[in-house]
This record gives sequence, structure tokens and C-alpha cells, in this order.
Amino acid sequence: MDGIDVKEIQPTSPGASEQSGAKGRTPVPELLFGDLWDYAPAPQNTSHVKIAPRYEHFIGGEFVAGTGYFSTLNPATEERLSEVPAADDEMVDRAVRAAREAFDKRWSKLPGSERGKVLYRIGRALQERSRELACLETMDNGKPIKESRDVDVPLAAAHFLYYAGWADKLDYALPGATVSPLGVCGQVIPWNFPLLMAAWKIAPALAAGNTVVLKPAETTPLTAALLTEIFQEAGVPPGVINIIFGAGASGAALVRHPDLNKVAFTGSTEVGRAIQRTLAGSKKRLTLELGGKGANIIFDDAPLDQAIEGVVEGIYFNQGHVCCAGSRLFVQENVLETVLRKLTHRLASLRVGDPLDKNTDVGAINSSEQLEKIRSYVDIGCAEGAQMHQLACELPDKGFFFRPTFFTNVVPAHRIAREEIFGPVLAIQTFRTPDEAVQKANNSPYGLSAGIWTDKGSKLFAMAKALHAGVIWGNTFNKFDPASPFGGFKESGFGREGGLHGLLPYMEVRG
Amino acid sequence: MSERIPVAKTYKLYVGGAFIRSESGRTFTEKDAAGDLVGNICQASRKDLREALKKARAAQPGWAERTPFNRSQILFRVAEVLETRRGIFEELLVKVCGWSAVEAKADLDAAVDRTFWYAGWCDKFSQVLGGINPVGAPYFNFTLPDPQGVVCILSSRTSPILGLLSGILPAIVPGNTCVVVADNRAASITLELGEVLASSDVPGGVVNLLTGERAELLEHVAGHMDINAIAVFGGEAKDLASIQEGAAENIKRVREFDDPDPSAWRDRAQQSPYWIEKFCEWKTAWHPVGV
Repeated sequence: MDGIDVKEIQPTSPGASEQSGAKGRTPVPELLFGDLWDYAPAPQNTSHVKIAPRYEHFIGGEFVAGTGYFSTLNPATEERLSEVPAADDEMVDRAVRAAREAFDKRWSKLPGSERGKVLYRIGRALQERSRELACLETMDNGKPIKESRDVDVPLAAAHFLYYAGWADKLDYALPGATVSPLGVCGQVIPWNFPLLMAAWKIAPALAAGNTVVLKPAETTPLTAALLTEIFQEAGVPPGVINIIFGAGASGAALVRHPDLNKVAFTGSTEVGRAIQRTLAGSKKRLTLELGGKGANIIFDDAPLDQAIEGVVEGIYFNQGHVCCAGSRLFVQENVLETVLRKLTHRLASLRVGDPLDKNTDVGAINSSEQLEKIRSYVDIGCAEGAQMHQLACELPDKGFFFRPTFFTNVVPAHRIAREEIFGPVLAIQTFRTPDEAVQKANNSPYGLSAGIWTDKGSKLFAMAKALHAGVIWGNTFNKFDPASPFGGFKESGFGREGGLHGLLPYMEVRG
Repeated sequence: MSERIPVAKTYKLYVGGAFIRSESGRTFTEKDAAGDLVGNICQASRKDLREALKKARAAQPGWAERTPFNRSQILFRVAEVLETRRGIFEELLVKVCGWSAVEAKADLDAAVDRTFWYAGWCDKFSQVLGGINPVGAPYFNFTLPDPQGVVCILSSRTSPILGLLSGILPAIVPGNTCVVVADNRAASITLELGEVLASSDVPGGVVNLLTGERAELLEHVAGHMDINAIAVFGGEAKDLASIQEGAAENIKRVREFDDPDPSAWRDRAQQSPYWIEKFCEWKTAWHPVGV
């Protein structure tokens, strides 16, 4: 970063108060506790997490040895955790055949009430083994333990429990329609929420009576591997859920398999586009949950302290590896100064480091490739003339870490304001009127999420109506629930996951 | 007394609420079942398609911002006008397509009734298909439909009026605007529908009707970057493949429909609120609940 003018934000000790900018008031002095008042390390114990040196594909209820084994790393330490095989065409075919057989012979004949109980068992098992799963997720992915423990794992369990209840009520899901399962689903998921995305994909598919072949991302296979044990424990009939490992080539082999009825993909728009092309002319159904460049909009009448929490939640949650991240911040011009002061102060107290420490707010970037991508975008932002602000915190010696960053002096044409960075990097722009905010927010090929901060209800509804995004957060951000449909407009993909609408892509609807 | 010679009609494209000739100056001849000339029909070009899409895009926000009640009133009006003008459609179905009068009458009965049926959905389907989501935290959370934007419809080739309407109606009910590429035996019928729409308070640009060759325009429809969704009725496998391939460039939604024989189009299975759903985006909004 030589020669680049970076405004460094000095980390503060916990409990430091914000310097008030209000005129006519005596500023509250910053309380200086120095080193006496820092957090003690609070590492999560991981002794109960047993990681095998190698995991195998899970096909037809059995573990099947493969070829092309590759390592998965802990991105916070760069230590090798385990290895998994890479599925080739033959292995994909074997998995799809197992899923087809299970669909024809068992799963489609099982009443919904029985399918529901299988899903329910999976959900319960996830709850029972929640801490183990949370630790493993944090080790394999790099996300803070407080997030995997309090968000990823409970939500994943809740998804199975929610859809367990749908399995025997499908006749009531869509008025006037008769529904039936599609058959075999090929599902490819990303590395940012490995367990949660597996739950989002598997639970509605099984509830609707389909069988699945799922491929987790190559950098985060371990919670999916642990899931296979849970499926066995839960008595999932053989072949109903098959997990194969591998990178992009394995995913491509899966989605082009001729005997799939449906493909569901979560990941980048680039890969989604390629999948839509691959499926052209086939009769396979497709849903895509792709990239985003979410607009988070702060009006001058917003509760600013809450809004700042929402901004932090929006872009620094999960290191910014979130497709619906609020990566574009739009601030009404007359409160920009206040918002920047408050954001700077809030950023100073973020704790970056060991993901297994319970006090960590921002963990490790998932891979060195992703870290390189984030770095290159930050360089681009500086080269394009935006002003970079960055937390000047210490980083661990090993592992892939990136300091929380935001940019001011951003214009809509900047690449950091248009392209998905998928990291803890925020691009801040301003607006004067609600119309201008809508215009700027909608000026994107993406349309996944948007946030609106205002105390005025009518303005919030008007904005929510005008914004082209599949998920709108009013005075909150990055909230998820199994009952709440999620998915995008425009190039953020099509189809919904979660809620009643999340069943639709997995059912044949007549009537 | 000599026999009176009727005034012949020039069949023009219906774009942006106006009846226009193709910029290309091209026409094709439509003859009736007996081989007599019905008219020289404008053959839409790639440029006509682009212009029609501009009109559809310009009309879309206004159409979507009308209240659902108002959209439904307008579509009810379409049913009214179609009922009083059904004679010309029945006549053309008999004369051009060679259908029996009984078939033609049944088809217009169904076309008027289907229009009436969809009209009523405008202010109802969001209640039936959307809803409030019971999330496990103190948030008010609801899901409502938004229109996708501009839909390009490659309309039925078997059923010139009922099949055509069955494609247009579910697309415009939720607030989309559309451009139709009609390629069938009776282009005159497509363009007669333009006259019905023009006199039914449907704002100009909401429905744009192009007659021409599907095969010629298909690749331009698939690759156009300002189309949100494509509805294909009865495509051949290779056509569907090339549409999907082009559509991927900006992740267009591609909706494939069967194109059954004319009598099957009259079946109630060919109308559904779930067809409206195919032309919707679902928007979910959250807000905290608390004091």
C-alpha cells in the first residue's frame, strides 16, 4: 500500500465513549484505561471436535472413496485440517444414480408425515451437536465463533425443523393447486455459510419429496462431512441425500448430468450465468442465488446509532462474505459528517483476529485467493480516487486477515461501488432526496438486498416499494429466518429460499 | 346497382399505443383458407423489436404504479370491448384459420371469460400468494409481489386469439409490460387485438404487438439486455436452447409453456394464478417491532 493515502483508525479500548460533536455541550472526555482494560483472550475449546484425516463422498448412504484428494485449510492458521476427494464424472453419475433410485423406490413413496419426521430428526441432531458444528465451521471457514454459534448453526437447525413441518402440509401450500416432487436435485453451494447453505438447499428439497446430490465448496467441506454422520444417525434413507466433494469442475459435472430434474446454485453471478447456459435446452428446473451489491440507505431522520450498528452488521458481518451485504452505503448529505464520525468510532472498537476467540468480531478471510481479490479491489478503489479509511489494528502473524475498511469520495462509476468485493470493504456515497437515493440504489445489475434507515414510516414504505431488491431491511440489516423468503431480482438470480415461497422451486405445480 | 367494394384495411403493428408500419417496410401476405388475400401484414424487424421494447420499458413504471384495482378495471374493460367486437375475431378464425363457426364461437367465449377472470386477479393474487411470515424474532416480515419489468412473449402458434391472450394477461396483471412476437396462421387476429386494447384504456406501451417470424427475432429477444423475462409458448428444443443461452447474459427469467391444440387452450387448466406468479419477483421486507 506504499504511496497510498490511508486514513488510519486507531483501535480503542472497550467502553470508550464517542466524542460528542454537538455544539454548546461540554465534550465527554475519552476514558483512557490503557492496557488495563483490554479483553482477555476467550478461546473456544475445540477438544471435543474430532476431525478425521480424510473424508469420503457420501453416496447411497455409504462412504465412497474417491480420487484427487485435496486439503482443506484453517484460514486463520493456514494449517491443514483434513482432505476430501474431488468428484469426477463417474462419481457424479454414481451419486445421481443413487439419488434416482432412492427417489423412485423409497422417498417419493414415503408419506409426507414420515419425511417430516426424518427432517425433524436432522434438525434436532444439529441442535444436539451444535457446538461441535460451530467450532468446525469456524475452523474450516474462518468466521467468528460467535457467529457460527449464534447464527449459522441455530439457523441451519431451524431450517430443517421449519421444513419438517411443511412435508405433510404440501396440499395446503398453494391454494387450488396439486403439487408433486420434481425428482433428483443437484445443488451447489458456496463457502461463506457452508452449513447454513446446505440446510437451505436440502431441507425444502426433501420436504417436497425430492432427493438431492449436494456439492459443498472446495474450501469448506468439513461441516458437510459432519452432516453425513448426522444423516446416518438420523436414519435418512440411503440415497436421499448424497454429498460429493470437489471444486468447480465437480460442480460443473454435477449440473450437466442429464438425469437431474432440478439444479439449485448459490454463488457468483459469473458461475450462475455459466450454469444457466449449461442447462439451456434441457428440461431441468433452475434456481440461482447469485451476487449482490446491497444499498444501505441512511436518511437524516434515522436513529443514527442504530443505523451505524446496521452498517457494521451489513458489511463486517462474516468478514463481508455475504451475498446480501450492505456494501454500498448511501448517506443523506446533511448527516454525512455525523455518520462518518460515528462509524469511525464504532469501527475502532471492532476486534479482528482469532475466529475461535469469543470476543472476535471479524475473523479470517476464507482463502488466500479471496484475500488477494479484496486487496486488489482496495487498490483499485485508491487508484480510482476514493479515500480509504482502515482500522489500524494488529493482525495475527499467520492466516488470511483483512482490516475493516471503508471508502469515502466514492462515485457511482467506481468499480468498488459497482462490483461485488465479497469482503469487509464499504463504499460510501451521498444523496440529497429520496428519489436520488432510489435512483442510485437501483443503478446496479444486482438486486438482492437493500436497507433503509428512517424514523418516518411512510418514507420507509415508499422506499421499500421503489427499491428493486428481493430482501428489504427497514431499520435493521442482515436478518434471516427459515420462514422468510430470500432471493434476488435481476442479476442476483431467481427463485426464493425460505418460507412458503422456498417450496415452490422444488415442486411441480398443477392448477 | 353495382356491387359495393369494401374498404381494405392495412394491418399495422401495435407499438406504444400507436399503429405503425415496420421500419423495414417489409410485409408478408396473409391469405384466407380459400386463398383470397386478407391483407399485407407488416413484418416486424429487429429494429421494430428494439423500439417496442423501449416503449414497453417507458410504460412499465406507470402501469405498475396504478392501483391494482385500477389495473383490474382496465382489464375488465378489455373483456367488455372484446365481447362487443368478438364478431371480427370469429369471422377471421373461420375465414383465415378454417375453423368451424362453432369452434370460433367457443374460442371467443373462452377468450372473453379468461380476460374477465384475469382482470379480477389484479387486486387479489398478492393476498393469495404473498403473506406475512412468522419469523422467530420481534420483526414484522412480509412478502409481496413486484413485477419483473418487461416481458417478451413468443406467443401461441396454434391459438391466435385465446392463446395470445393467455400469454399476455398473466404477464400484465402484476404490473409488467410486454412485447409480443406473434408468428402464426392469422397475424390479422393479433393486430385486431391491438384495436381492442387501444380502445380499452390500456395505456400505450403496456402491450406491444409485433407480427413477424419468431425464428428471425428469437436470437435478438434472447440477447437483448433490457428484457427481464421471456415467455415461450411451444418452442422447439433448439429454439428453447438458444433462448436460454442468450438469456443467461443478464439472467433473464425464461418461462416455457406448452402450446396445445386450439380446443385444449379452452380448458381451464390453461389459466392459473400460478402463471401470474411466473411473472413476479417476490420482495420480502423486515422491520423491527418494539417501542
